[in-house]
Amino acid sequence: MLDAAGRGEHSLLIAPTGAGKTLAGFLPTLAALTERPREGLHTLYVSPLKALAVDVQRNLLTPIAQAKLPISVETRTGDTSSDKKARQRQSPPNILLTTPESLALLLSYPQAETMFEGLESLIIDEIHAFATTKRGDQLALAMARLQRLAPGLRRIGLSATIADAMPFQSWLAPDTDPDSVRLVTCPQGAPPKIEILVPEDRIPWAGHNGRWAAAAVMRRIEAARLTIVFVNTRAVAELVFRDLWAENDSALPIGIHHGSLAPEARRKTEAAMAAGRLRAIVATASLDLGIDWGDVDLVIQMGAPKGAARLLQRTGRANHRLDEASHALIVPGNRFEYLEALAAQDAVTANDLDQEPFRPGSLDTLAQFIFARACAGAFMPDDLFEEVRLAAPYAGLTRGQFDAALDVIATGGYALRAYERYRRLTPQADGSLRLTHPRLAALHRLNAGTIVEAVTMNVRFGRRGRALGQVEEWFGSQLRIADTFMFAGQTLEVTGFDGPDIHVKMGRGTPSVPTYVGGRMPLSTNLANRVRGLLNTPERWPEMPPDVAEWLEIQRLRSTLPGLDDLLVETFPRDGRWFMVAYGFAGRPAHQTLGMLLTSRMERAGLMPLGFVASDYMIATWSLAEPTDLKPLFDPEILEDELAEWVAASPFLRRAFRETAIIGGLIERAQPGQHKTGKQLSVSSDLIYEVLRRHQPDHLLLTAAWNDARHKLTDLDRLATMLETAQHKLTHRRLPRVSPLAVPVLLEAGRESVPGASADTAILLEADALAREAMALD
Amino acid sequence: MPLLFSSEHLIPLPCGALHWPARGALLVADLHLEKASHFARRGWPLPPYDSEVTLTRLAAALAHTGATTLIALGDTFHDPQGPARLPSAARNLLAQIASRAKILWITGNHDDAAAATLHGTAHPELVLGPLTLRHEADPADPAPELSGHFHPKVIIRHRGRAISRRCFALSPTKLILPAYGSLAGGLDITDPALAAAAPGGLIALVPEAGQLLRFPVVAQAA
Repeated sequence: MLDAAGRGEHSLLIAPTGAGKTLAGFLPTLAALTERPREGLHTLYVSPLKALAVDVQRNLLTPIAQAKLPISVETRTGDTSSDKKARQRQSPPNILLTTPESLALLLSYPQAETMFEGLESLIIDEIHAFATTKRGDQLALAMARLQRLAPGLRRIGLSATIADAMPFQSWLAPDTDPDSVRLVTCPQGAPPKIEILVPEDRIPWAGHNGRWAAAAVMRRIEAARLTIVFVNTRAVAELVFRDLWAENDSALPIGIHHGSLAPEARRKTEAAMAAGRLRAIVATASLDLGIDWGDVDLVIQMGAPKGAARLLQRTGRANHRLDEASHALIVPGNRFEYLEALAAQDAVTANDLDQEPFRPGSLDTLAQFIFARACAGAFMPDDLFEEVRLAAPYAGLTRGQFDAALDVIATGGYALRAYERYRRLTPQADGSLRLTHPRLAALHRLNAGTIVEAVTMNVRFGRRGRALGQVEEWFGSQLRIADTFMFAGQTLEVTGFDGPDIHVKMGRGTPSVPTYVGGRMPLSTNLANRVRGLLNTPERWPEMPPDVAEWLEIQRLRSTLPGLDDLLVETFPRDGRWFMVAYGFAGRPAHQTLGMLLTSRMERAGLMPLGFVASDYMIATWSLAEPTDLKPLFDPEILEDELAEWVAASPFLRRAFRETAIIGGLIERAQPGQHKTGKQLSVSSDLIYEVLRRHQPDHLLLTAAWNDARHKLTDLDRLATMLETAQHKLTHRRLPRVSPLAVPVLLEAGRESVPGASADTAILLEADALAREAMALD
Repeated sequence: MPLLFSSEHLIPLPCGALHWPARGALLVADLHLEKASHFARRGWPLPPYDSEVTLTRLAAALAHTGATTLIALGDTFHDPQGPARLPSAARNLLAQIASRAKILWITGNHDDAAAATLHGTAHPELVLGPLTLRHEADPADPAPELSGHFHPKVIIRHRGRAISRRCFALSPTKLILPAYGSLAGGLDITDPALAAAAPGGLIALVPEAGQLLRFPVVAQAA
């Protein structure tokens, strides 16, 4: 690192967890500032987690204090007081530790120019967690801006083990050229030991969280020193936490950690863990990254890990010593997840890691960046366009796209320009654009950010009591006084409401569990292929638990198994409807899209579709009429309008639009002094969505929503591959009743109802006929 | 599919209007024009196209039925200042409608006589043949009556599916029209308020696929 720094090179450091890469990133800075102490900002460090910034500050301050170095270090995050933030803008520390959100806000102030002109070094930690996300887009734009303010700026990226470094080098480079970033890699540590836990050889049909194995998990916790129990959602964290306590006969100290808990509560748990006062902690992705909290010797993954890289990352939380193998245990939630766990184990052993694909930068994030730029002062559009294109995700941005994004901020787009409130930029005589009114800057800073979360209510213990955390508004608004719910590992009883606050006390009884709208990770292609491989390797079935082996055996007898490269489709009647189940192994998003496509084609074919449900492995549809001619339903020629029309009318794009409209500044989450309710937000976003769709279908934010849907919700690439396969190798089995392999998807939550006009009419007519029949006096 | 109501043939249309062929009349209720701009003024920026959408639909229904009289059963505008905010496209549509049909506005609780400042004439109530026309049903009046105000909708649950439709609410002596406005909401026909306004048992009428579907309503307890 020092070598790269000495030559002034940009560098990307890839090292497994525990190799001390974060401090390595700071070495050149510490060396330079020790040699030549100076005033002002020297190094900016950006991490994906506030907690990581705080942790790094602690790790830096100790050696600085010990060696009495003349170096100041401060953090700046959403938790920093506004006084301190204002002071930091006037006289910044030598080293500032922050997050992409806080950095973007900092750049929206007019003082940014003087504050950053002397910046020499920019450190991006956990770069693999950013690069392919909207936060990454936001950060890349901020990096381009910083490079403009401080042309000599040296960039340093830090990453955990990744499969292919080249795209990350390119993302990090100031000119998108991977060769301008020097790659520094550390040797791998000992390979991890991964086990699959199947107590008593039984695995349930459905479920995703492994709760059924709580007793066995508790025994493992008892045998270990300190265990992290990873779960995939916050609601499951609460449930698993309670399940474990129910089995916790020796009353071991067990904690809980997830993103909706109040920051103070999380800090307390983290500190208890670091001090060795806990034996286990139930955590979500909130503990995935970065921080070393104590001497963890076992990681348990409840439910399928969904990807080998993620499993490896989580496994790495155990045993931060390179020379020792880390130890992990997977608890599959259902039979498919058992296969997936086995596949993940094989993949980690083979060091076959998956990687999120890189994609062009999101347009809503660009619009937000333009707004922020305007808040910092007047700008020339041509200059800004040049600057933006230096951010790797926007290297391919066209002038047309840029102008459209500019127009959204300047006027709202032509369908909305009738509204005064959307006229946010005013052209000046020299061709530059300035903010129409200074109050818009305050509004922007209140609403900026690329993470759109559901609107929440605060859970407070007692009147004016301490905050325990947040629940989503839709859940909170259903609660009544004396209702109980599970939160922060406790059963709480509602004692009252006060605006956005829910007051609670300790409760008892059968509580409800708040759930949170959150993205589930789709199954990676890599693991999917490995699962198919397992299905087609009967030699490996005997090593599986007997009920999994039996399940596969009976499927082979009653229907057939999905092949290595075919598409198996089963049809069967049940409950007065026809079910069609396709085993695509393409991940939930692609299957969701296939569900939309299939039901739209079924609608046209007069099959009267009613709904569909997707899992990572397959898709099931149901209809009033029997699908017999399958080939045309799976035709790979997706007509542009076929999907566009359908997606546009479906809730998917609406949800995506709500996000892009908020990020793109069309809808404000908050006005100074007041917060909008979730219902208000979704009503106004739905209405604006409808209007744009009718009156300006090419509006930038609709395009952005469509791109998001394409990427996150629809996964068109995997869908296309699947349909291509279907044309060559579609295996159809018409069965008298449901097959063993189809059971899990039919028990899956999240059924989508199809807004099919023909089925609606048929059902209305049938309901009318029923009523007539019942009322007839003959 | 005509409905025989107090010996008059009335045709509920899928768009939510009621055609009365014998009088050459088209009846609509609760257009709630300029609802979006009303909300926008209160800091809730709904896009300003709702009036245009509603009036386009209305003009099409007039052309389709060939009606020469248009009767709106109140709440034509969302608020009394609505006419002043009506955008030019919507204003032109309304002028076109007025050039083809005689317009009678019944005054509603939201807009009073506001619409009459543009075209047509305003009336608190009308009596047309055997039927009384007013904005809000009067449960004390035994005369056959057409009204709006309640925005009735019906939810049909069947085969694991819930289908929600704007509907006509029919009682022995009253017919309540659905809201016609594109941004007007709906009130479930099982709501006690509807049973109180039109006593004697309600039937939800849904024009669908060339038929007039009838769903008897089991009212919720008040």
